[in-house]
Amino acid sequence: MKYNRAQNDPLYENPTAYKVLERQELTTQIKQVKIHAPEIAEKAKAGQFVILRVDDEGERIPLTLVSWENQKGTITLIFQEVGVSTKKLGCLQVQDEIRNIAGPLGKPSDVKNYGLAAVVCGGVGTAAAYPIAKALKEAGNTVISILGARNEGLLILQDEMKQVSDEFYITTDDGSKGRKGFVSDVLKSLIDNKYQFDVVYAIGPPLMMRTTSEVTRPYGIKTIVSLNPIMVDGMGMCGACRVSVGGLTKFACLDGPEFDAHSTNFEELIKRLRVYPPEEKLALDFHEKAPGGICKCRRH
Amino acid sequence: MQKTLTSDQTTNNQNAVKMEKLDPERRIRNFNEVALGYTEEQALLEAQRCLTCSKPRCVEGCPVGLEIPTFIKLVKDKEYDAAIRKVKEKNSLPAICGRVCPQEEQCQKYCIRGRKGDPVSIGRLERFIADLEREKGVITPKMPKRTGKRVAVIGAGPAGLTAAADLAKLGHSVTVFEALHVAGGVLVYGIPEFRLPKLIVQAEVDYIKKLGVEFHNDALIGRLFTIEELFNKGYEAVFIGSGAGLPTFLGIPGENLGGIYSANEFLIRINLMKSYKFPEYDTPIKVSKQVAVIGGGNVAMDSARCALRLGAEHVCIIYRRSREEIPARAEELMNAEEEGVTCKFLASPTRFIGDEQGRVKEIELVAMELGRPDESGRRRPVPVKGSETIMDVDTVIVAVGRTPNPIIQSVTKGLRTTPRGTIVANEDTCETSLEGVFTGGDIMTGEATVISAMGTGKKAAKAIHQYLLSKDKDGLNSQVFPQQLANLKVINKK
Repeated sequence: MKYNRAQNDPLYENPTAYKVLERQELTTQIKQVKIHAPEIAEKAKAGQFVILRVDDEGERIPLTLVSWENQKGTITLIFQEVGVSTKKLGCLQVQDEIRNIAGPLGKPSDVKNYGLAAVVCGGVGTAAAYPIAKALKEAGNTVISILGARNEGLLILQDEMKQVSDEFYITTDDGSKGRKGFVSDVLKSLIDNKYQFDVVYAIGPPLMMRTTSEVTRPYGIKTIVSLNPIMVDGMGMCGACRVSVGGLTKFACLDGPEFDAHSTNFEELIKRLRVYPPEEKLALDFHEKAPGGICKCRRH
Repeated sequence: MQKTLTSDQTTNNQNAVKMEKLDPERRIRNFNEVALGYTEEQALLEAQRCLTCSKPRCVEGCPVGLEIPTFIKLVKDKEYDAAIRKVKEKNSLPAICGRVCPQEEQCQKYCIRGRKGDPVSIGRLERFIADLEREKGVITPKMPKRTGKRVAVIGAGPAGLTAAADLAKLGHSVTVFEALHVAGGVLVYGIPEFRLPKLIVQAEVDYIKKLGVEFHNDALIGRLFTIEELFNKGYEAVFIGSGAGLPTFLGIPGENLGGIYSANEFLIRINLMKSYKFPEYDTPIKVSKQVAVIGGGNVAMDSARCALRLGAEHVCIIYRRSREEIPARAEELMNAEEEGVTCKFLASPTRFIGDEQGRVKEIELVAMELGRPDESGRRRPVPVKGSETIMDVDTVIVAVGRTPNPIIQSVTKGLRTTPRGTIVANEDTCETSLEGVFTGGDIMTGEATVISAMGTGKKAAKAIHQYLLSKDKDGLNSQVFPQQLANLKVINKK
């Protein structure tokens, strides 16, 4: 029986000891970790996320599930070190444990064979776009990916995205790799000159998602965004992640994280993301000045 | 802490012995517990006031049927160990109930003493013996033979913890699946430290662990496992106690401005994530000078008192009815006002106005007057035309209720729900529309009190036990159970 595995499989020994098994620095600020989390690996679907807490003082932070291997009982997460929580997470080494991981959370992507799909992603949003591109490809879609970042050094998952795409474009703001400009520029020229997309997925910073949404709106192309508002519990309890979609208040953790781009109020999302920067700075200063710095592993 | 008895407390039997509280000036800038509990001397004096009625009406008022006069008699005799054992036969969370139960509407409402003077302070006595036991070290009761039956309890709140404890005492193997990173439900994320110290919740959870109950935190049922998968894993019965977790908003313009919190978010940040210790703890909270709390329940009082402790200059509770109708416990309203919280009655927000950064700066309020009674029997508040005023604020906390968490219902085929989103269940047995699936707490009743959730958890445990018995009579030692079952007797209220 499927679930008897829990008793027999050594992998399932203590399924909640979320041990870091592999760790990789993708850029100076973006890191990738593979974690032992067999129960989550078994249930994860494209588009879902986890909420983790690095240690007993930690925040609950949402991170998209990038990949998962059911057989090995592992999940992979990618994060950009911005504040105290992500820096703490970045300090963890192989064999260290993450205090808590709850997931999979949120609704899975509505993956089906649309026909011709564009996956437009920017910065660390590429990590969230990759499993969706992969699932779209597996569902039989022709996948055109457009991957962007500020400069070449900030591009992640190029090979992985290439592998699951029929066509693949890169843009950088400074022109250090691929075409100089924004992902939305490439999308627009593809729409105008080459393709009639059946669906567009746009995942990245809110401004990039808004711009992409405005590119597809006049053409009436179904466009889906994966939103990244502030979350606390991630299971519908706090309402911190509320977003206005089609004039209604929705909870990104319960009703999302994916929403129809053309109905999403990006202005509000952007403003709501700007509430805590002063506190984030204060916390960083506090921890950086503390003995041992942010890393509390007592080894560094 | 020096505590002295005033003369009226020692000589006048009509008045309850007062419980010492921290002075408002000393308590409003920290999260230390406000009510200090009885000393032994005070507890003995108060216990003397109990008339040990032969037909105790107080017991009828208790959702878990605590044998109140019996335990108070044991307190009188200084048999504290026996007293707490008596209490724990029916109530596995006495230190919590002694603090947060609305006794004035339950046991104490029926106390004969209350007809002329104050009722016996049953809650304070319960707290006294529970605290005494915790200080001395908790003794685990002798456990019956294991039945080999596995039960999954979803949610480690008051309902789930009670069901888990009772089922464990009956010999079943119980796993509690909790979605958050710590057990306790509303006891840890909702009720603030100064009203219910989290160490006490932890101690009560530890006691339940000692009964053999296992906890799987970080497990959101409906996403990580479905109910069906729990049965596939070998659990023979499932109890759903997933609570009323979803915050209600007002649905008025500007509600998604920065600085507007649901009470749930505000309290989760403070209580669960300990943001009052920010930046030592990583979760931030924003409280500025002028705070408005919308709503008049206990959650509104908790939010207002938390805001004060975080350094707010002025905290105002805005309630649409008048003081007489306020749903919060009188004691909680008194505590809040003592601390400097002000109340604006007969007023209701109509919109929130933001600044350029998208942060709330003003609320538009409309005055209300009370019209005819509505279906709840309270007079319905009606807006007074043209009475709009503007109030300056920088933080708003919306505390107007919570609705059932929809996740489990949305993925469980055949589980019937009401239009309100609660799970349909038999009121006596807590059985749902699915075989082997039981429910209790707020997900069954809608938002209610800790003790009523415990009452349904208790009923469900009894019904689950009977279900498991009837399912497999041979596998259980029927000799053991009648005695155990008697202790789980449930008083049917209403």
